Amino acid sequence: MLNFSKINIITIYLIFFLISIFSALNLQNENNLVLDKKVNLGLDLQGGSYLLLEINSDSLVEEKIQSKVIPLKKLLKENNLKYENFKIVEKKLSFKIDDLEKFELLFFSKKDNSVNPYIDNYRSFELDFKTLDNNYIEISFSKYGLLVINNAALKQSIEIVRRRIDDVGTKEPTILQRGEKRILVELPGLKDPDRIKKLLGKTAKLNFRLVSNNSEFGVEELLSENDEKLKISKRIVMSGENLIDAQPSIQNQQNEPTVSFTLDRLGSQKFGRATTDNVGKRLAIVLDGKIISAPTINEPITSGKGVISGNFTFQEATDLALLLRSGALPTPLDIVEERTVGPDLGEDSIKSGITSLIVGFVLVILFMFYKYRIFGLVANTALIANLLMLIGVLTILEATLTLPGIAGIILTVGMAVDANVLIFERIREELKTEKSIIHAFDTGYTKARITVLDANITTLIAAIILFAFGSGPVKGFAITLGIGIITTLFTAYFLARHLTSLIVLRNNNKEIKI
Amino acid sequence: MIKNINFVSKFKNANIISIIIFSFSVFFILFKGLNYGIDFKGGTLIELRTETSVNATSIRDALKTMDLGDVNVKKFGKEGDYLIKVEQKNTNNNLIPKIKKNLYDNLGADVDFRRVENVGPKVSAELLESSIIAISLALMAMLFYIWVRFEWQFSLGSIVALFHDVVITLGIFSLLSLEINLSIIAAVLTIVGYSMNDTVVIYDRIRENLLKYTKISISDVSNLSINETLARTIITSVTTLLALVSIYILGGEILRGFSFAMILGVLIGTYSSIFVASPILKFLKVSHKTLEKEEEKIHP
Repeated sequence: MLNFSKINIITIYLIFFLISIFSALNLQNENNLVLDKKVNLGLDLQGGSYLLLEINSDSLVEEKIQSKVIPLKKLLKENNLKYENFKIVEKKLSFKIDDLEKFELLFFSKKDNSVNPYIDNYRSFELDFKTLDNNYIEISFSKYGLLVINNAALKQSIEIVRRRIDDVGTKEPTILQRGEKRILVELPGLKDPDRIKKLLGKTAKLNFRLVSNNSEFGVEELLSENDEKLKISKRIVMSGENLIDAQPSIQNQQNEPTVSFTLDRLGSQKFGRATTDNVGKRLAIVLDGKIISAPTINEPITSGKGVISGNFTFQEATDLALLLRSGALPTPLDIVEERTVGPDLGEDSIKSGITSLIVGFVLVILFMFYKYRIFGLVANTALIANLLMLIGVLTILEATLTLPGIAGIILTVGMAVDANVLIFERIREELKTEKSIIHAFDTGYTKARITVLDANITTLIAAIILFAFGSGPVKGFAITLGIGIITTLFTAYFLARHLTSLIVLRNNNKEIKI
Repeated sequence: MIKNINFVSKFKNANIISIIIFSFSVFFILFKGLNYGIDFKGGTLIELRTETSVNATSIRDALKTMDLGDVNVKKFGKEGDYLIKVEQKNTNNNLIPKIKKNLYDNLGADVDFRRVENVGPKVSAELLESSIIAISLALMAMLFYIWVRFEWQFSLGSIVALFHDVVITLGIFSLLSLEINLSIIAAVLTIVGYSMNDTVVIYDRIRENLLKYTKISISDVSNLSINETLARTIITSVTTLLALVSIYILGGEILRGFSFAMILGVLIGTYSSIFVASPILKFLKVSHKTLEKEEEKIHP
């Protein structure tokens, strides 16, 4: 075990050098990068906000099932199917049908089925029905139908969330899908996420609806911005989808912050027609079911440009313009998890993390030197090499260093010497019975090998499981712990062994103390 | 420097003590329960730094008006640093801004919100579930690894030792009402790895000695093996503890619980690999024949 061929020695030091050199990349000046790789700091160290958003597609499913009512009734009528007691109850349509078999055939027809389309990639229909007693049936979305709605909503939500966050202009945001219903948002350096939370908390569904005088069917009562009860027609004149731009602006006369918007061609036409026909009436601007304002139409607006006023502060006008520009979210988003760390706490954490790393490191080095003298130096050299390699690997992987991650490095320092301790203790034992010193070292290394491997693999298993199941900072801990074990094995079994062999072979079988 | 301490003679007393402490731990965990943090219980956590004139009572009074349910305010590290925990269960996107505004308005002092965390009920339930799965999986993976590398008696012995360590560590956390959060789970898993590491070293030696000295009883082999590896056991514990104590003292408030759990775990794990894992081999009547049978199975 103590003989190294030239090729072995070169390989060992080459590997060490090539990996540890990467750790130096972290010291680079930011303006003058040799290679753009470094260990990233987790949000808990650099400060910032982590948000986990969840889409809530319930309301969307309700909306979608309602949109099936008219085509379904049409289909039944066209095929002379009689139905009664048509009801919409909690995302389900229920009614009594006279000819169940004929209905089933129509409902599950793959050709030109506008009511219940076939979804090719899932090999399933969008809707499904259940028969109850007395020819009563209940229609609801199938499992895959729901999945399609959910996935489309999630994809669209991610897009809108991205637009809104980009518009606010935070640095390097991360926006990712997490599972089937969630969106992960990481905003490094953001001290106060309240504005972003507010922006993400609004679906921002905008529509323009006429204020109606009579209390006929198709009217709902909403409170205006001045707490005035207004009857608003349910018919939508134009919705936010037709907006192509919105900017905050100042109305000159009153110096009032407002939002100016520009419509697309279709929107301009619709808006022009509605304002021409209804001069003198009031037009309510409704955002997420609340009236922003309900101005009177003084003259037809055909330019496709308009202004929304509503007692805004300038910040509110800016935010509303941003929301309208980015478009409406398909469903409301709930913030199901939030973690924000201020930048000064992050700095304190780095400081205390590094301090405890240095102190722990020095203590371990002194202890090892005290215990094993010259071989303590070998173990310590291996330990330093180990740290350099560990940071090198983290740099190559561009891993994220968290506070528990630093703890993992410190723990690695404490546990890394174990491999060398196991070996040295074994050699001590062998020296007692073995006459040849070189031979004693040789058997010591050989016999300790299995134990060292066994002992480290168990910790590696723990680290892998932590990595698979841990979240956020804990993952950071698992990464440093896991990589630490591998670099430990390398440094103990190759570097330290080679250094030991240099000492032992030079000593030429004279008395040696370990 | 191999000593000759008669460990085996102390097995019996040690086992009685272990069983008593273990039972107390189970008792505490079951009846006093674990003090779950917001990671597992849901709720809001706010760490704030303010002027030293502000005391916990004034923070509590300010929050009392808000009807937040169970509110816990305690000092956190430096003078003027506080940790507020609110047990608001339902997801409410506006809760944190409201609490912040309330504190800005009512404390009449500069308030710096250093850390704000909010975990909804769904997420906390999932985190708890995945933590339990992770710990169980880790135990199973260890069990399997030892079973492959050694014989089933060793596998059983090491798993009993691991169980002993995890339960007693959690028992002490329950006794002292220390918070269980995600980083404590990380600590527990690391303890599992560390304790296993220690046990494996001794088991390796026991196996080696069983094959070497076929005439000696398992008690004597255990004793010899523990003594032979004792220097290593102590030195590694010392270096690991040196690193951990330095995190505990200097690593800041956030890592304190984590490093405390680890320190406990290293001490208990070291103890258990000598006084729990080894007696079980004796109890299961392991001898060199056990190993030979296994050999035959592999090379008939």
